[in-house]
Amino acid sequence: MLREGHEVSCLDEDPEAHARLEVNLEKSWEDSGGQFTVGTGLEEDALTAAGIERADAFIASTDGDNTNIVISQIAKRRFNVPTVIARILDPLRAEWYEKQGVNTICPTRIAIEMLEREVLEAAGAGSTS
Amino acid sequence: MGEGKYIIIAGAGKVGWNLARELLDKGHEVTVIEDNRNRYLTVEQELEHSIQYGDASELWVLERAGISRADMVIAVTGDDEDNMLICQVAKEKYLVDRIIARVNNPRNRPHFELLGIKPYVSATDLILRLLEHEVPEYGLVHLLDLPEERLEIIEMMLGENSRVAGMRVGDLNMPEGSLLISILREGQGGFVPTPDTVLESGDEVLAVLDPGLEEELKVFFGSDGASAE
Repeated sequence: MLREGHEVSCLDEDPEAHARLEVNLEKSWEDSGGQFTVGTGLEEDALTAAGIERADAFIASTDGDNTNIVISQIAKRRFNVPTVIARILDPLRAEWYEKQGVNTICPTRIAIEMLEREVLEAAGAGSTS
Repeated sequence: MGEGKYIIIAGAGKVGWNLARELLDKGHEVTVIEDNRNRYLTVEQELEHSIQYGDASELWVLERAGISRADMVIAVTGDDEDNMLICQVAKEKYLVDRIIARVNNPRNRPHFELLGIKPYVSATDLILRLLEHEVPEYGLVHLLDLPEERLEIIEMMLGENSRVAGMRVGDLNMPEGSLLISILREGQGGFVPTPDTVLESGDEVLAVLDPGLEEELKVFFGSDGASAE
């Protein structure tokens, strides 16, 4: 998204995560226009430092489903971010929160659909040959 | 609580296990849900069928525990996000009447409130509240909090330099939303003041107030010994 000209700010509790952002970047993350803040999405100070108050979109994609569900609601209700998306691995939780008005991406669901399609296509190809 | 309630407890830590034991003793039906296999096996030796192995933030685990017929869900895991999520789905998806959440990190309290999860219990806050009573230099002691009614009763000691010492109660002009209800005075015990009562330094005053006025009152009474300026 940075390459496409957007302004991107990452918040991570692990300072080392910064190095990962620079993989395959010609310049440093900051020189490329990125911002990096150390902290967790539950700390309002950290969210504010990361610039949530002027964000057009907020993506909650930590490795914890419940954390993502909680912080996406904080982003939406407390900070009024216009677009909020939560990554939720558990399809059941994703489905229910989607119905509650939380924008969700469920990678598990997507992977299952892709795998299903691959299997069916492979099986279809196999049966015709 | 009447007899024969069905209560689901998420988390079999010290709090969850002891809570389950007490509730079972009182004749309630209890299911504890614990996602640590070793902990589950330990507690299962005592609680037997009253504990299930699983992650209580997974909906099917809650459904397996019979959440749709639960009268109460108590989330006391060591993870605040888990406790918030469990209580939120219990309340909003499964329409459980009563929930109680444990707050591990007091800084997360606003998040519980934002998601409408109440009541919540924070051990840190309880200990602080006790400390306030034991350590008078805190200045302002919460005697009673009624967040639902938006009412608090607090107690304050008027210090040496209190700006209101020597003033008539009738001339006080208390901040809006607060009311002086009683004075505890050395040698005289507690009494309800009249407009003619004159405040003295060393008095302990009891006031009822809207939540959020504590700081204003502290300054007003100069209870920490500092002047009002």
